[in-house]
Amino acid sequence: MADGNSITPRDWAAHPPLIHPDYKSTVKRGPTKPLVPIRHSLSELTGPVYGHESLAPLDNDLTKNGAKNGEALGERIVVTGRVLDELGRPQPNALIEIWQANAAGRYVHENDRHDAPLDPNFFGGGRAVTDAEGRYRFYTIKPGAYPWPNHANAWRPNHIHLSLFGPAFASRLVTQMYFPGDPLLALDPIFLGTPEGARNRLVSDFSLDVTEEGFALGYVFDIVLRGPRETPMEAGR
Amino acid sequence: MSQWKQTPSQTVGPYFAYGLTARQYNYPQTSIAEGAMAGEEVEGERIRVEGRVLDGDGAPIPDAMIEIWQADTRGRYAHPADPRGSNAGFTGFGRTGTGTDPKCRFVFDTIKPGAAAEGDAPHLNVIVFMRGLLTHVYTRIYFSDEADANAADPVLSAVPADRRNTLIADRDGNTYRLDIHMQGDNETVFFDV
Ligand SMILES: [Fe+2]
Repeated sequence: MADGNSITPRDWAAHPPLIHPDYKSTVKRGPTKPLVPIRHSLSELTGPVYGHESLAPLDNDLTKNGAKNGEALGERIVVTGRVLDELGRPQPNALIEIWQANAAGRYVHENDRHDAPLDPNFFGGGRAVTDAEGRYRFYTIKPGAYPWPNHANAWRPNHIHLSLFGPAFASRLVTQMYFPGDPLLALDPIFLGTPEGARNRLVSDFSLDVTEEGFALGYVFDIVLRGPRETPMEAGR
Repeated sequence: MSQWKQTPSQTVGPYFAYGLTARQYNYPQTSIAEGAMAGEEVEGERIRVEGRVLDGDGAPIPDAMIEIWQADTRGRYAHPADPRGSNAGFTGFGRTGTGTDPKCRFVFDTIKPGAAAEGDAPHLNVIVFMRGLLTHVYTRIYFSDEADANAADPVLSAVPADRRNTLIADRDGNTYRLDIHMQGDNETVFFDV
């Protein structure tokens, strides 16, 4: 039923379950009791509003925003795409925050103990806000794979972490973008925790059109958020 | 149905701090939000909301990230869908990690929200993220000194009576405390938002 005062439900055919034993940390951290249904009110239908005023000039260029005395090392890439709702409508003014490992597979994070070099000219964090057509664009370095302690000889596929605010608190999304053709995808319990039919939505497409000649390979990653069911959200209730 | 299907969630992982909560963790990047939510100009009663996030063994989790979204002191959300408009300078959004406190607490310094609608009890809307959580979960924080309003609140009333206490923070001075239990006998109520 169309309802101007509600947002599409979370599609559990898209999202990973709360406990996925192959990913060991879920076993003691994922809730075990069924989620309690809630009727959407303003609490769920509103959410933080961020726009272009939240950005500094180099926020979407990770090849430059951590530079101290030279160029970031690694393969430069462009990551671009659109943020849409489930009716394909562009989501303008959506804030995207990203963070990632450097080309060697090492995070700036102080808890990262992987024995791979830090790059003094790469920080690995950035932000962008979508334009009127829902489009965003990042310049960055292709992140390296890195080992993690989940199981013997476990390696995370190359990935970029993304955090998005859509139009409401209910449309919040934190996810990871992967790269096409990565042999580690078939071995990664985090990627494989996603229902099979939805996994390909996490893998970006290589695009020669987006590739900038002589400069950087291009990848396209469209993101679909929960949105109003039929009509634009109406005020009040 | 449409060809546009929701992008799947993935875990925030162990290394979100320098990207999402950089200032709190002393990384050089700026942050869009922090645990300190209410500047001096914001109208309302100053409160602190704190607690731990506990795993299935009852151990405090040092790498969780908590976000809260709340109304202002008059119950207004700073969002276009709320026609009443919010008082200037209060976004109502806070974000903090549990990795900088020696006891792994999240700490929000904010104002006590008003009720957003008649019949609703004042509350904070909460999202919990962490390594080991592939999809974020939603909960709420209500206030122990709002017993009458809590008794009438439609969301709390829909929660089984013996689990409502997992959503109600205890007041002690100006501080409200509530631990979030991911599992166990006292597992927090999480909502299918
Ligand atoms: Fe990662």
